[in-house]
Amino acid sequence: MSNTKDTQGPIWEVFLQRKSGQPFVHCGSLHAFDKEMALQNARDLYTRRGEGTAIWVVLSSAIVSSSPEDIGPFFEPANDKVYRHPTFYQIPEGVKHI
Amino acid sequence: MENTNFEVVFEDKLQRNEMIEPKDWMPDNYRKHLIRQISQHAHSEIIGMLPEGNWISRAPSLRAKMVLLAKVQDEGGHGLYLYTAAETLGISRDELLDALHTGKAKYSSIFNYPTLTWADIGAVGWLVDGAAIMNQVMLQRTSYGPYSRAMIRICKEESFHQRQGYEIMCHLAFGTPAQKQMAQDALNRWWWPTLMMFGPTDDKSPNSANAVKWKIKRESNDQLRQRFVNQTISQTEYLGLTIPDKDLKWNEERQAYDFGTPDWTEFENVIKGNGPCNKERITARVKAHTEGAWVREAAQAFADKRKESAVAA
Repeated sequence: MSNTKDTQGPIWEVFLQRKSGQPFVHCGSLHAFDKEMALQNARDLYTRRGEGTAIWVVLSSAIVSSSPEDIGPFFEPANDKVYRHPTFYQIPEGVKHI
Repeated sequence: MENTNFEVVFEDKLQRNEMIEPKDWMPDNYRKHLIRQISQHAHSEIIGMLPEGNWISRAPSLRAKMVLLAKVQDEGGHGLYLYTAAETLGISRDELLDALHTGKAKYSSIFNYPTLTWADIGAVGWLVDGAAIMNQVMLQRTSYGPYSRAMIRICKEESFHQRQGYEIMCHLAFGTPAQKQMAQDALNRWWWPTLMMFGPTDDKSPNSANAVKWKIKRESNDQLRQRFVNQTISQTEYLGLTIPDKDLKWNEERQAYDFGTPDWTEFENVIKGNGPCNKERITARVKAHTEGAWVREAAQAFADKRKESAVAA
């Protein structure tokens, strides 16, 4: 995610779907000058052994990311809401399929 | 945030065997160490394409040619995974390439040796890739996330490289006496440079202490070298070839092979730029980069023009 200007084109992040129905997973990044080139480079670089059946490429600079310093305030609110988990609730013995 | 001491957070993460990610705070020296190590690793992949590329046009069969092409293409891919991993640390591709081209950055000493016969392609795959895998398997658990992810991908691809090399050695070792001699000759020339690939002995390795402390490396140069020797002996015996080391023998007490000392003066010389092919390698690399400049410029111009017409429209 270097911001230094260079002659290699911008950095793109590559996401692969192994087969249909599965989630797209980040697999790495590459340089390309435009989106067609990014897609072709991703094909050549990340699917030489049939690792995927679909590819997303997105400009690295377009990704918005949480920052590690904010882990606490950002994610903590989830921790005190145990009632969001099924194990919070007591179901009488003998009741099935729930 | 309660804990404002970034260094403590960093150390705690390492203690818990958690990975460091690009946006995490890290000590400057950790960052510098990683940039040096990852870029050196990337350069080695790219320069490593040259000695093998030397044999693509002369491969002895269509099958051998297809395999070698695929292998060299993989090395290029591995270089690219590693360059982008290094770039997450805040250095640009141009800066990385520039360091290689001006000799500021190093690459593995092994690629400064020539590939004289087809048997060398076998020996390079079997020994050189074998030694690289030893190192790379360890690096899958390195403490820097992007580096670890690149290594996991590389390791998946690399085992074909070693096996195709051993297959070539098998063909030659079980072929005519002249072919067997070719295989032995390649083993003689590649054995010691391969052992040098693991780097200086632990007591003389300037970067090892930090690398282990920061969990960038989890095993030492000597440990990896020993494991490589232990694993390679039986493979050599199967081929009916002889390792060119008269000090090589099984040590019952250590449950490991004792082996001789590589010529570290030669190693120093090759590192300093005086190996048989240092100049040739860098010249070829710079030539490819310079002659490719118009492609980069054209691609940039095309992208710019498209952007303009998109704005105009």
